Amino acid sequence: MQMPDKKKYFNRNFLYVGTLIATVILIPYFLRNDYYLHVLILIGLHAIIVLGLNLLMGYAGQISLGHAAFYGLGAYTSGILTVVYGFHPVIAALIALLFVGIIAYVVGVPSLKLKGHYLAMATLGFGIIAGIIFNEMKFTASHLDLPMGGPEGITDIPKLYLIKYNLNIDQILSLKLSDITGVSQVVPNLYAFNIVLDNDLKYYYLVWTFTIVILILSSNIINSRVGRALRALHTSETAASTLGVDIQKYKVSVFVISALFASIAGSLYAHFIASVGPSSFGFHKSIMLVVMVVVGGMASIWGSIFGAAVITLLPEVLHVFEDFDIIIYGLILMLILIFLPEGLTRGVIDRVKGRFFK
Amino acid sequence: MILKILDLSIDFGGVKALQQVTFNVKEGQIKAVIGPNGAGKTTLFNLITGIFPPSSGGIHFDDVKIDSLKSHKIAELGVTRTFQNLEIFDNMTVLENVMVGRHLRSKSGFFESAVRSESTKREEREIIESSLDYLDFVGLSMRANDMSASLPLGFQRYLEIARALASEPRLILLDEPAAGLDEKETEDLMGLIRKIRDKDITVLLVEHNMGLTMEISDEIVVLDHGELIAEGTPREIQYNKKVIEAYLGEDDVST
Amino acid sequence: MTFVDQLLQFILSGITQGSIYAIVALGFTIIYNSTEIINFAQGEFVMLGAMFMLTLNITLGLPLPVAFILSVIAVMIIGVLIDIIVISPIKKPTQLSLIIITIGASIFVKGVAMFVWKKDYHAATPFSGEVPISIGPAAITPQALWVIGITGTVLIFLHIFFEYTNTGKGMRACAINPRAASLLGIKVKRMVLISFGLAGALGAIAGIIIAPITFANYNMGLMLGLKGFCGAVIGGLGSVPGAIVGGFALGILESLGAGLISSAYKDAIAFVVLLLVLFMKPTGILGKSESKRV
Repeated sequence: MQMPDKKKYFNRNFLYVGTLIATVILIPYFLRNDYYLHVLILIGLHAIIVLGLNLLMGYAGQISLGHAAFYGLGAYTSGILTVVYGFHPVIAALIALLFVGIIAYVVGVPSLKLKGHYLAMATLGFGIIAGIIFNEMKFTASHLDLPMGGPEGITDIPKLYLIKYNLNIDQILSLKLSDITGVSQVVPNLYAFNIVLDNDLKYYYLVWTFTIVILILSSNIINSRVGRALRALHTSETAASTLGVDIQKYKVSVFVISALFASIAGSLYAHFIASVGPSSFGFHKSIMLVVMVVVGGMASIWGSIFGAAVITLLPEVLHVFEDFDIIIYGLILMLILIFLPEGLTRGVIDRVKGRFFK
Repeated sequence: MILKILDLSIDFGGVKALQQVTFNVKEGQIKAVIGPNGAGKTTLFNLITGIFPPSSGGIHFDDVKIDSLKSHKIAELGVTRTFQNLEIFDNMTVLENVMVGRHLRSKSGFFESAVRSESTKREEREIIESSLDYLDFVGLSMRANDMSASLPLGFQRYLEIARALASEPRLILLDEPAAGLDEKETEDLMGLIRKIRDKDITVLLVEHNMGLTMEISDEIVVLDHGELIAEGTPREIQYNKKVIEAYLGEDDVST
Repeated sequence: MTFVDQLLQFILSGITQGSIYAIVALGFTIIYNSTEIINFAQGEFVMLGAMFMLTLNITLGLPLPVAFILSVIAVMIIGVLIDIIVISPIKKPTQLSLIIITIGASIFVKGVAMFVWKKDYHAATPFSGEVPISIGPAAITPQALWVIGITGTVLIFLHIFFEYTNTGKGMRACAINPRAASLLGIKVKRMVLISFGLAGALGAIAGIIIAPITFANYNMGLMLGLKGFCGAVIGGLGSVPGAIVGGFALGILESLGAGLISSAYKDAIAFVVLLLVLFMKPTGILGKSESKRV
C-alpha cells in the first residue's frame, strides 16, 4: 500500500512558501518608490483578511457580506485605545483581538444557524450597522482638542512600536550631564534601544511576516482534522453531522477565526495609515473582500494572496481611467463569474492544462 | 437490546409519515426494515440519527434516550449511517472521505491543527493508517487517492460504508445499500454486511432487494404507510398475509 | 404640536417612505420567486428610473407622463438585458455566485450611471406643486400623495396580473415548482425574463416617484435597494403580501424611530429590525416556512 500524497503535499508547500518568502524579501530592492511599497503593504493586509474569509466561504461554504466590520472593529479599537486612552499599540491590538472575537461569537451564533441567502442578509445587516456606528460614534478626552470619531474618524494614531523611551540619560538622572562634562554630544541616549516601525520598509516586512504566518496556519488548518470537518459540512451538513461533526460549533469557530484575522489586519492598518475613517470599512469594502476571495478562487489558499493582489492593484492600475474604474470593476467581476467561476488562479490553470495536457 | 423504538410518530404538515412504530434491535443482529415506497423507511432512519426530531414517541440506544439529541451527539454514542441518495464529500479524495469518518476518534482542535503540534502530527498519521484499513476492509484501497466523485456508484456506496465504519460505531444504519448495484455487486455486498456483523457491529438496513434482505437478515420489520404491519424472521415475513397484501397493492399501482 | 400630532406626522411620512420600500421589496420578491436569486441590482433599477426621468423630463423637456412611461420602459429593458447577458450564461449557478454576479452587475450599472450623470445631486420637479396639504393636525406634500397613490395603483395592477392573466399565473406556478411548471408547458426561461423586466419596471417607478422627495444621484440605489430588501425579508422572503406589509412596516418603524429615538441612527433601524426578524423568525411575518407563494 503506497502512502498517499501527504509527503508530496508538504514538499510542494515548502517550495511554495519558500518562493513566497524569497519574493517578499526581494521585492523592495526592485522598487523605485515608496508608493509601491504602500500598495504592497495594503495587499498583505487584504491577504490576511481574505485568507480568513476563504476559510469561511471557500472551505466551510458559509458566506459573510459584512467582514469589513471586523476589519474596522480591529482598526478602530486599536486607534481609539492608543489615541484616546494612551495604550501601548501591542496591548491595544490584543484587546482588539479579544473584543472582535467576542463580537464575532455573539453575531455568529445566531447568524450561522441561517443558510444561504438568509446568512448573507444577516451578515450584510451586521456589516451595515457596524458601518453606521463607525460613522456616528464620538470620543472625547482631556488631551484631545476636539472630539474624535464621526465621519472624520480617528486621526493621529501613533506608529507601531515595541519599545519607545522618550527619555534620555539626562532626564533619568535628573541632572544635566552636559553641565558637568561640558560636552553635550556624548550624552548617551536611550533612543538607540527603541524598536519603532517608523518607515514603510520595516512595516512592509512586519505585515508580510503576519501574512505568511497566517497563510501557513490556514494551510495547516485546511489539511487537518478540523479542515476536513469544515470541507465535509460544506458538501453535506447531514453526512458530516452523522459522522460526529458538531456543525454549529465548527461554523461558529471558523467565523470567529476569520474575524480574528480581519482584526489583526485592522490593527496593522490603523498604525500604518495613522488614521481610520468609516468609509474604509463599509458595505463596499465587505463586497470587495468577497470579490477577492472569488477572484483568487474559492477554497484556494494561494488564490487568496492572488485575489487580494489583483483586486488591490486594480484600482491603482485603473486610476488612469479615473471615473471609469468602477465600471471596469463590475465588468471584471461579471466576466470572471461567467467564464472562470473557479476563480482566476484555478480557472486559468485548468484551462491551460485542459488545452495542453489532454 | 441495543436499540428500542417505542410508539414513534412523526407528521409533516398533517401527513403522518410514521405512526406509533414500535420495535427493538438486538445487539449483534442484522435487522432489515422493508416496505413499499413511501412506507416511511428513510424517515425512520432520519429520526434515529437525529436529522429531525419525532413528533412523539421515544428512541433509546443502549437505554440512553436519543430522540431529542442532535445528530453528532447520536454519532458520538455509536450510531452512524449511510444514505440512499449518496452523501459523498465530492470535493475530497476517497481517503479524505474516510478520514472525516475518524473525526470522533481524534481530537485535535483548531489551535493544535494550525500550529501542527507533535500530537496532531501523530494523530494525523494514525488517522491515515486506520482510514486505509477501512478502505481495505471494503476493498477500495486502490482508489484511495482518487477524487471521490470519480468513483462509480457501487464504489460510492462502499465508500459511505467505509466512512461510517471509520467512526467505530456499535450500530450502523444502511439505507438501501444495494440500490443501483448489479447481481454480482449485490452478492459482494452481502459478504461485506456479514463481515460488518462479524466485527460485532449491529446492522439495521433498509432495502428494496428482497433476495438480499431475506438471505442475510436475522429479523425483518415491515412498514406500510408509516405503520408497522409485521415483524419476524424472514420466513415468517414471507408468508405474512398483510405483507403480501401491502406489496401486491404496490404492484397494482406501479404496473 | 402635541405628541399625538407628532406621531401622526411620523406615520404619514413613514407610509410615504414605506411605499417606496414596498415597491422595491416587490421587485426583489418577483425575481426571487422565479429564480431564487437575490438581485442586488434592484436598487440600481430605482436609481436608473430616477435618472432617466430627470433626463427625459427636465433636460429634454418631455411632458411628465411621456417621460414617466419611457423611463419605465427603459429600465424594464435593462432588467431584461441583465438576465440575458449576466444571469443566464452562468453554467453552474450557486447561491453565492448568483449573489456575487448581481453585485457585479449593480457595480457596473452604478459605474455607467456615474459616467453618464456624474456625481452631482439632481433635483426633480414634483408632479404637482409643493404646497403641503394638511390632514388634520399633520401635513403631507402633494408628491407624497402621488407616491402613495401610484404605489396603490401598482399593487392593484400587480394583483390583477398575477391572478387573472396567463403569464401571471404561469409565474406563480414557476415560483411554487419550476419543474412541474415546465412539465405543464410553461416556459420557465421566459418567465424569468419577464420577472426581470417586471422588477426593472417596479424599480423604475419607485425611483421616478421618489426623485422629487430625495435628491437623485448615481449612488442613491444602494441604500434604497438594501432597505427594500430588508422589507422583503421582514415580510417573509418570497411572499408578495409579505413584501408589501414588510415595506410599509419598515417605513413606519424607521420614521418613528428617527423621530422618537435618534435620527443619526435612522439607517441602522432597518437593519436592526432585519437581524431581529432573521434571528427570531427567519421566514418573516407572513412567510410560509416551506411553500412559497406569489
